[in-house]
Amino acid sequence: MQELLTFTIIGLSTGAIYAVVASGLVVTYTTSGIFNLAHGATGMLAAFTYWQLRFDWDLPAPIALFITLFILCPLFGLLTERIVMRGLQGTTEVVRLSVTVALFAFMIGLANTVWPSDGSREAFLKFFEGNTVPIGGINVSWHKIITFGCAVVVAIVLRLLLFRTRMGVAMRAVVDDRSLTELNGGRPNRVAMFAWALSAMLAGLAGILLAGEQQLNIEPLVLLVINAYAAAIIGGLKSLPRTFAGAAVLGLLDAYYLQFSDNSWFPQSFMGFGLSGIRASIPTIVLFVALLVRPQSRLRAGTVRFREENKVPSWNTAVLGAVSLIVVVVGISGMLTRSNTLFLLNGFTLAIVALSLVPLTGYAGQMSLAPLTFAGLGAVAMSKLPGDGNLLTLLAAITIVAIVGAAVALPAIRLSGIYLALSTAAFAVLVTKLIFNQRQTFMSGNISVPILDIPFIDINSPRGRLILSATAFSLLGLGVIALRRSRLGRRLIALKDSPVAAATLGMNLTQTKLAAFAISAGIAACAGALAGDKVSPQQYDFTQSLPIVLLAVVGGVGTVGGALFGGLLLGGNAVLANAVPSLKNITKIMPGLTGITLGRNPNGATSQISEKFRPLLNRWGIISFSALGGVGIWALDASRIISHWAFFIGGVFWFLAVMPNLIAIVDGTSPRRWWAGAIALTGLAVSLGVDWDQAVDSTGKRLLSLILLVAIFGVGTQRVAENAPRIHHSSPDLLGLDVALTPDELDNVERELGVTI
Amino acid sequence: MSTPILELRNIRASYGSIEVLHGVNLTVGRGEVVALLGPNGAGKSTLIKVASGILRPSAGQLVIAGRDATGASANALARAGLCTIPEGRGIFPNLTVRENLLMATYSGHKLSDIEQSTYARFPRLAERRSQLAGTMSGGEQQMLSLARALATDPVILLLDELSMGLAPLIVSELYQQVAAIAAEGVSVLVVEQFARTVLGVADQAVLLAHGKVQAFGKASEIGEDVLASAYLGS
Repeated sequence: MQELLTFTIIGLSTGAIYAVVASGLVVTYTTSGIFNLAHGATGMLAAFTYWQLRFDWDLPAPIALFITLFILCPLFGLLTERIVMRGLQGTTEVVRLSVTVALFAFMIGLANTVWPSDGSREAFLKFFEGNTVPIGGINVSWHKIITFGCAVVVAIVLRLLLFRTRMGVAMRAVVDDRSLTELNGGRPNRVAMFAWALSAMLAGLAGILLAGEQQLNIEPLVLLVINAYAAAIIGGLKSLPRTFAGAAVLGLLDAYYLQFSDNSWFPQSFMGFGLSGIRASIPTIVLFVALLVRPQSRLRAGTVRFREENKVPSWNTAVLGAVSLIVVVVGISGMLTRSNTLFLLNGFTLAIVALSLVPLTGYAGQMSLAPLTFAGLGAVAMSKLPGDGNLLTLLAAITIVAIVGAAVALPAIRLSGIYLALSTAAFAVLVTKLIFNQRQTFMSGNISVPILDIPFIDINSPRGRLILSATAFSLLGLGVIALRRSRLGRRLIALKDSPVAAATLGMNLTQTKLAAFAISAGIAACAGALAGDKVSPQQYDFTQSLPIVLLAVVGGVGTVGGALFGGLLLGGNAVLANAVPSLKNITKIMPGLTGITLGRNPNGATSQISEKFRPLLNRWGIISFSALGGVGIWALDASRIISHWAFFIGGVFWFLAVMPNLIAIVDGTSPRRWWAGAIALTGLAVSLGVDWDQAVDSTGKRLLSLILLVAIFGVGTQRVAENAPRIHHSSPDLLGLDVALTPDELDNVERELGVTI
Repeated sequence: MSTPILELRNIRASYGSIEVLHGVNLTVGRGEVVALLGPNGAGKSTLIKVASGILRPSAGQLVIAGRDATGASANALARAGLCTIPEGRGIFPNLTVRENLLMATYSGHKLSDIEQSTYARFPRLAERRSQLAGTMSGGEQQMLSLARALATDPVILLLDELSMGLAPLIVSELYQQVAAIAAEGVSVLVVEQFARTVLGVADQAVLLAHGKVQAFGKASEIGEDVLASAYLGS
């Protein structure tokens, strides 16, 4: 009995921390509609800041607490809202969620940089360390009582704030109707900033309380938020009392499990699978159950016009792109060192995983946070199935994982948006904890996936595997484009645009969603099954999925090119980190930084880039000149006048900095276009003329120079040549045309139709 | 003649690349009730959005009480005494009646005063003060949104499609309230698709079609033929 009391107190104190975290999540979700995945990371940063002030700089605890919780945390929240979140109005949930993933990645990178884990920070003490109070015959630390007290205070303060003050009521009013709040005289932006500041304070409080209970480590503090998701979902992301009740239940479940699992009668394994991973999975299981019993989300009518729009490539463009990708990879693969080949191979594998998100997230608008989990299942299936890696085994592996994907989606299909995303996250965590981390699955920490056995072709080398993965990407990419142009593809788009309209037309939403999930799982499985090497479970961990989702969205999740861009960027990041150790910290925060810019351009980077090339399509002269330039640079390399590096840097410079500006240079007014041309030529001369192999001593620095060259000379050329006539883009897709109308044409059309008077 | 309270000078407004208002001029004098009439898609609601500061005009000037207010934010205009009841229901459905009235205190009036004047005019709202506004009937919701205009003593009132989705009896009741507001000397710009319901209350009428003013004049002088040709096309 006394033991039960002990565990009840432990459970309630854990639950109190969950409650504080979850209430912060609810505050920002209800006021801005953004589910902040980076909430736990905010708490982690606050805990480290507090440690810095309190234990490293020896400030007294009240002062350190005041500075952290009442100055730095609110300031951080304000800046987050002002700089990052404000730009996200009118974007899809996918983009909003990705931005918080970016913030998450950014903060972890920041913490790793400022406070590297070298074991020097064990001295994080509880409040009033060593003091205890006897309750019911057991000693309870003051820290636990303070924790519990904090939760009660937070509950009361939030209740009063939200229902008794005008600021609180305005926070709820903004959710209801933003523009009406303005018409009442309220300032929605201020309200949102206040909400984010409040939420950051709550995260900080929870982080500091938790760091006292556990060690000051980045991971447990960050992942704390996943446990709190469950509590927030029990509260329907809305009701604070239910959120607090959910948090208490979670804490108690965890404590009681700890107590009972010590007993000898408690099963230690089930059907040969060890159950040691269960405790860590409790919040995830609760989350999954809470999601499943949620009432079906109401179908959304298609009145919301999203800022994202993507163009469907024509067949010619698609095939041309696929063939040239393979040709380029075959061409440059001979010039690469072994390690760079492996990095590029990794980039293509990630690109295939990112590609799996295109039909699911880009077309159908369903968010998944578990693409790598399916890749992992693909790798496991490939290695366990008989046949030692022939094509049939590959097909079988893909089919099995596709079926698993559909099966997983089946219970979650009623959910949409953030709830669906969270259920895939829960699935990913469960698979990692209960399947990947088992002896039976990954024998001694890793398994070897057989190399695909294609008749007559030997691909048993890094170069062979690189070409294979590039070919696989091209073929799958063509498949995805074919899918987009098919009947099913149109259904997927309909599902994203307006589920209500699709349902009223008689379309079966469930079937369509299941198909999207199955296809996506199958493509991801391909990435795993083609690994052709030893793989470890860590590669397929849930936390590794997040950067892929992020970079796919950054690249542009609605397009195949976006997936390629995202995968290669993530792979290229690894090259940079490996080659220049001093840049490691920058590369850690790089994915986060790129993602944060999403608010400005929700279509992703590739659509922005392709937008620049679009005008070229109508100008055969300029296209021929561009191609001639490319061949010329290649010829310089082939005749050994310039090195491979100069070829690579010059080629990329030609493509990214010169080609998009050619029209402006040719059509521009006279003095400016000569200057622009001169700038472009200077940049090209530097790219080709520098002896990169001798003058610059590492791969990373060369890549960095390339980025700088393109940025300085490319942007310079563009700025100088700017005054060339611009094509007016009135989104031809919306009009059903393939070429944009100019303002004059628009006027003509309006006159013809008689819509102007 | 004193300076008009609200003046739109050659206003152009567009959504993306689609221009909706092609240079509209409109004047509301002090204490005047101006009816803005026009068929569907004429640009009436867009004009209200421009006047209330929600939508920034792409060209032209918004002048309020003789001062240039082009580009001022909607919330600043609201706090300065411009009261807008937008299309549909101008209420927060997930807040209680009392909380809805609390939101009206940004105008500078005390909650207790606003409550008192509202409940005196609409006793039915007093019974429902703790009820979520979204769960009330359409007529009650519209009363609540009008209550903001009645209790906060605005300088000018912009009304957009008060009658939408309501029974004719309730509509005429609501327009009696509008007449009461106007009688207190508040200038009103009222948008209405159904011309007959509003012409009885209005002093002036402006007829908008295809994003341009087609006709304007004394409300009593707008003839059936003008209305018919504007609504049905000539």
